[in-house]
Amino acid sequence: MSRWLPSPLLSIGLLLTWLLLNESVAAAHWLLGGALAVVAPLLVRPLLPHGHARLRRPRALLRLLWLSAIEIVRSAFNVGQLILLRKPDAVNSQFIRVPLDLRSPHGLALLSCLINSTPGTVWVDLLPERHELLLHVFDLHDEAWWIDTIKTSYEGPIIEVFETAGRAPEGEKP
Amino acid sequence: MSVATLPWWAAVPVAVLLVIGGLITLVGTLGLLRLKTFYQRIHGPAIAISLGAGCILVASMVYFTAAQSRLVVHELLIGAFLLMTAPVVAMLLMRAALYRDLRARRAAGLDDNGGDCGERESTPGLSDEGIPLGQPAAGQLHAEADEQRADAAGGGGR
Repeated sequence: MSRWLPSPLLSIGLLLTWLLLNESVAAAHWLLGGALAVVAPLLVRPLLPHGHARLRRPRALLRLLWLSAIEIVRSAFNVGQLILLRKPDAVNSQFIRVPLDLRSPHGLALLSCLINSTPGTVWVDLLPERHELLLHVFDLHDEAWWIDTIKTSYEGPIIEVFETAGRAPEGEKP
Repeated sequence: MSVATLPWWAAVPVAVLLVIGGLITLVGTLGLLRLKTFYQRIHGPAIAISLGAGCILVASMVYFTAAQSRLVVHELLIGAFLLMTAPVVAMLLMRAALYRDLRARRAAGLDDNGGDCGERESTPGLSDEGIPLGQPAAGQLHAEADEQRADAAGGGGR
């Protein structure tokens, strides 16, 4: 299993992508997609310095993605409103710094994608050594609130998804 | 099947989604036009990428599913690839802008008032001052990041 399928989720994703691309569930496409799903992760493995990502809790990931989808829609309307109604000079754009506890490279990649997909926030840089995230916020009203939101609704769940191994097990979710 | 023969239950949501998606994209573009600084303008197209493209992709899925009487969902792939690539581009643009600003500030600081930037860069304890406010903070903040990176890479060989 682990030798030929180092990352089953990645393989399933590749197979689904192949079937979606070809818009077909014919046997030939299952075969071809299946071969691709086995071979591609093996070939790509030497290119990944941190190895394939291990999801400790896929269900927590799904919940996180759902919550961020809602957040994306909400902040898209906020940003749209600001662009249309507020005078450009009155928009309070700021850089803020968020101290991060997250260390997993895959987790950080996911965090940056979620933050950058959400309108109104752009990930600028991760200051090395101190692990502080430099973040640009379109309209800053309360810095402490932003830091708290990033840490509780994004960073917490991502740590749960990728790094549960290091923590005390909290019992499975119902 | 052409647009005229599309059943109303598909035509109405498709039309509504297309109009909403178009409007959102327009607002995002307007942001590009109205906002003053680069750091603000980068937030404008973000809503076009996420919500505008999302609405148009859903409209496309509904339209082709109804028009071809089979499930058409490969637009999901476009959405997935957008969500994987757009954030990377935003981050690269942002960092490029910061480096450009930092270099401009360095040049300006060395040339006329000499004190401001140069002094800051040589002060390692700067990081505990808290977050400097205002747009010029960009260069200053990044001066720290830059300095730290130089330390980490060069092993203090300055």
